[in-house]
Order: sequence, then structure tokens, then C-alpha cells
Amino acid sequence: MIPGFADPVLDAQASFRAALDAMARPGRIQRIAAPAEPPPGLGRAAAALLLTLADADTPVWLEDMAAADWARFHAGCPLVAAPEDAAFVFAAEAPPALAGLAQGSEEEPHRSATLVLEVAGLEAAAGWRLTGPGIEHSHALRVAGAPADLPAQLAANRAHFPRGVDLVLTCGDLLAALPRTTRVEAG
Amino acid sequence: MIASLHDAAHDLGLRRRWMAVLARAGAEEIRTRLADVPPLPAHQRLRGPETGLVMARGRQGGDGAPFNLGEMTVTRCSVRLADGTVGHAYVAGRDAAQAELAALLDAALQDPARREALLAAVVEPLAAAQAARRATIAAKAAATRVDFFTMATMR
Repeated sequence: MIPGFADPVLDAQASFRAALDAMARPGRIQRIAAPAEPPPGLGRAAAALLLTLADADTPVWLEDMAAADWARFHAGCPLVAAPEDAAFVFAAEAPPALAGLAQGSEEEPHRSATLVLEVAGLEAAAGWRLTGPGIEHSHALRVAGAPADLPAQLAANRAHFPRGVDLVLTCGDLLAALPRTTRVEAG
Repeated sequence: MIASLHDAAHDLGLRRRWMAVLARAGAEEIRTRLADVPPLPAHQRLRGPETGLVMARGRQGGDGAPFNLGEMTVTRCSVRLADGTVGHAYVAGRDAAQAELAALLDAALQDPARREALLAAVVEPLAAAQAARRATIAAKAAATRVDFFTMATMR
């Protein structure tokens, strides 16, 4: 067993602020410094998001169950076997298809899933061109190690707005969010 | 298989007992007892000590339906030793030092090499003191008891 946040209140507030900024400025990279020692199977930023956002009312799906005990102990969240039942989906190697996750409904679009995807690299450089709400002109984000069809999946995900999945990309201490409103193009 | 099951049940009963005794002992009381034993191993806090409320529930009626008695203040702490052993404590009240000491002792008591010495030097004396306290209170209450046997004989 590995400790969670050293200071549960301040660390969770700082992580929540980082998640909020990431969602408000899609594609901008934020850095999270806690917890000191991430559990096996989760990066630091992904672990911080789990501690900050998951509680007894949010079903969580973990691709790597090595962190299952840690998540249950510190967040007290129920872990579900099927990704479509989860409010937060944590994946790295083989993320489930966006279309297969909870999409919310027209009346309650907030009941959709958030996919937290650990990638090999995150950089503010040419790669993807992001436009949409929260971005003045366009923003460049280079993502290494994401599934090749992710931009196509995101385009399909955006098509049935207001329903749809929000995506958070994490890489170690770094995170960048792609809410369902963001347009992703190559170049 | 049967023997190991029996051992597991015995260990569980033992652990339940020492956790109960430590939860009822004050931080000062535990520290006094700890002066006589070799120092406890270094530990790392996993969670807490943190104070919160838990709902104490009881059973009522012939069918034992649950009801909420009321909320009580509880402080909990979980610690880890260097070898990975995890100790937990839930204590009534808001004494963080007691919760941390109890969690540390719970972890140390799980080590068979330390258990006997700690049980003899810390847990048993605390249990005896608690039993004596309970007996004193019971005796004081018993002294004020009124037996209504005269009502039956007066008729």
C-alpha cells in the first residue's frame, strides 16, 4: 500500500485547480506535483485526478488493476468491470473506444464518462491543431503514443454534442484536457 | 488446512481484541506502557490521522430492525511499516496522537517476533486497567441499587 496525498486538502485543491484549468483551456499542459509516490499502474497526474475526482458515488474503471487496492483505500470509489458503467475511465495501453463509454443523455449530458488516458509524450508543439471553445485561435499539441484512430474517434465524439466523452491526456506529471467541444485536426 | 484456518481465526480474534483495547486507551496511557519495550519501528502515514463523524447504529424491536442511534466523532489513522505491514485504528473522539499510536501498535503487533513482548507489556496492562475501571464504575452503581422485593411481600 502506498500513501495518497501528503496533505489531502491542499493537494486535492491544487489538483482540482489544475484539472479545472486544463478543461477551461483545452490542450494547454498543466503540471501536478502530488502525490509523491504514484501507485503501480497509474502516472502521477492520473493518480492525482483519481484522488481528487473519485469518491463513493463515482464508479471507476481501471485498465491496470494493480492500483485497485490503492484506489479503493484512498478514494473509496467502486471499481466496475465494464468501462461503459464508469464515470471515470483510466487507461494507458489499450483504451476502450470512446463510443463505448457512457455518453450521457440529451437531458443530462453531464452523466457521461471522462477518459483519462496515459500517453508516452505530451508537448506544446506541432502535431494536433486544436480549435473550439476556450481556444482563441488555435492551439498545437503533440501527443505521442495515443491510438492512431483517436482524432477520428474524437471527431465522431464531437458530432453528437451535447452528449459525448471528455478526454484527459496524462503523461507522468503532465496533463492536458480535450473536452467534447474541442475540434482536433492533424497539422 | 484446518489448522491454518484455526490459526487465522485465532489471529483475527487476537487482533480484534488488541485493536479494541488500544481504541479505549488514551495516548498518554499507551506512551507510558511503551516506555518499557524496545522502540517501535519507523512508520509512514498512509491516511490521516483525520477526524470525522460516523453513524452509530443499533437494533430495535423483535425483528432487530436497524435504527440510527446518532453520530459520533471518530478519528482514524492508517500507517505502513518499512516491511509493508499496514496497521489501522479507529478511535472515538478527536485524539490524533492516540489514533496514530494505536495504528502503529496494530502494525507492530502483526509481527510474530514482536507480538508476545508487546502484548505482555502494553495490551494486557491496558486491558487490566480498563477492566478495573469498569469494575469500579459497576461497583459504584451497584451500591445505589434498590431491590423492590418488599412490594411482592407486602401484599
